[in-house]
Amino acid sequence: MTSHADAAGARVPTSRYLVATPRLRFWQRVTWRRRVVPWLFVLPILLINVAVVFGPAVASVYYSMTEWSGIGEAKWIGLDNFRRLFTDDSFYRAFRNNLIWLAMFLTIPVAMGLVAASLLMPVRRGAMLYRLSLFLPYVFPSVIVASIWRSLLNPDRGIGATLSDWGIGGLDRAFLGDTDTVLPTIAFVDNWHFWGFLMLLFLASMQNIPADLYEAARLDGANRWQEFRDITIPGIRPTLVFMILMTSIWSFLTFDYIWVLTQGGPAGASEVLSVLVFKAAFTQLEAGYASAMGLTMSLLAGLIIGIFIVLRKRGWEI
Amino acid sequence: MNRPFRAGAARRGISLIPNHVILMLLVLFAMGPVVVLLFNSFKTQAEIGRNPLGIPTDIVFSNFPEAWDVGNFSTTLRNSGELVVVTVIGVLVLGGMAAYSLAKMNLPGANILTLYLLVGSALPIQLFLVPLFFLWQRLGLVNNILGLSLIYIAINSPLAVFLLRSYMVQLPSDFEDAARVDGAGEWRIFVQIVVPLAWPGFLTVGLVVALSVWNEFLLATVFLTDQDKFTVVTSYFNFTTRFSRDWGLTSAGAIMMILPIVILFLALQRRFIEGLTSGGLKG
Repeated sequence: MTSHADAAGARVPTSRYLVATPRLRFWQRVTWRRRVVPWLFVLPILLINVAVVFGPAVASVYYSMTEWSGIGEAKWIGLDNFRRLFTDDSFYRAFRNNLIWLAMFLTIPVAMGLVAASLLMPVRRGAMLYRLSLFLPYVFPSVIVASIWRSLLNPDRGIGATLSDWGIGGLDRAFLGDTDTVLPTIAFVDNWHFWGFLMLLFLASMQNIPADLYEAARLDGANRWQEFRDITIPGIRPTLVFMILMTSIWSFLTFDYIWVLTQGGPAGASEVLSVLVFKAAFTQLEAGYASAMGLTMSLLAGLIIGIFIVLRKRGWEI
Repeated sequence: MNRPFRAGAARRGISLIPNHVILMLLVLFAMGPVVVLLFNSFKTQAEIGRNPLGIPTDIVFSNFPEAWDVGNFSTTLRNSGELVVVTVIGVLVLGGMAAYSLAKMNLPGANILTLYLLVGSALPIQLFLVPLFFLWQRLGLVNNILGLSLIYIAINSPLAVFLLRSYMVQLPSDFEDAARVDGAGEWRIFVQIVVPLAWPGFLTVGLVVALSVWNEFLLATVFLTDQDKFTVVTSYFNFTTRFSRDWGLTSAGAIMMILPIVILFLALQRRFIEGLTSGGLKG
């Protein structure tokens, strides 16, 4: 910077040099401070983010078209990985499981969150205690939640066994070991931890609905259900829609609970796309194929966002 | 906000008893398993066989020191602690700088940066996980606390930048302007004026990031494969598969892991809830 200023100043006569240099320096200082310094503040986090997220994300587009074990050279094979993917039965089964998971998470936790939040709204005594205890499971790590429920669902010593001692039979089954029940069971465990979060968000949003709307509804003789349908739901619509969108994306990327509880078993009955990616990359050493699956998964998640945007443009009130 | 509504409900004699009944059932659903976990951590193996869900009849404390030893907690707590500290400091310092630049320095091209961070935060981990792992392996950053911290910093930074920016935008700029006139550099203004004024934002972001790093499973499993680099979470996963029959031990281990989170959460719940709900970016 300084050397540049001197070089520019050296060509002019001494008398003007004294006047010109401070002006030049002043403008350069301003440029430095207005244009360069702000980027210097952003640069470190940007570099880290590019190295971790953006660079590898772009690289995975390339690797998805190669045969690559993760070590050594990647061999270019064009679209073969994708051809293989679309004829792979385990991919379709995992995709179907993702859709079932999505359907479960768009209904049960959303309904539980809405019911609990609207019941909690008018409560004053003990409101804080209710809120904290319903939300607390959300802060637990997945491995703990999984371990708690693995014990409680144990057919010999868990809830089912205790109930059958009391004469209520039929629940002392190995829910996690049965191909028919494993996926809903894992979803149940994940939801135990998750729904309190939705409740809290819905509650925060409901508290912003003007109270006189409820007053007016009561004067018109509305019952609880009509209040809920005509005031509460429209009042929290933006939060509701946003959370439905986010829940859709998350449930498409779900990994932790399935991996911790069953690693996709038994016999692949609880495999979802993220589990397939993990297995392909780190146990079968097919990093190229795993990249192709990861990319496909991301496109599917992107498709969900796309559908939302299109529906909104078409004038759906979501 | 809802005060008049509540008063109205009471005045018009609308009964809240059904609300309390249903809410208590939900509390039982949410807290019951946690209470059973606490009970079991005080039982002997023999008692769990007889009484797997109820109140312990004779309380033993031996599960805790035993779980501490076999679970290798002294090592894993240190690893998790280092990860949390390095990540939180990194996110707060680097994310804070970026937020300051966006909020107060009129960054040229701010829209591009915002868009980049938005898109970046929406990309699923599975998209970049595989190439990232093999890149990190080549750089010697696998089985390295700092290597994993860098990933956590990158992943948590978009949320941190947006949250801190929204805090800083609300700050009055009188102090900074005065400092600028006095010739203070941007770094000094950031450290000495903006950070002290925006500290509640830093605290909120720090808590949310600490919680997510403490609980994180997928990346920790992939990037820390050495036994002596395990975090409490990944080590607990191995521990429960090894001692799956010994509920006293696994319950005691679980209680030791969640106790710090629960205490911190209850002490600072307002900040936690504010951070978790305003971001809404983590499942």
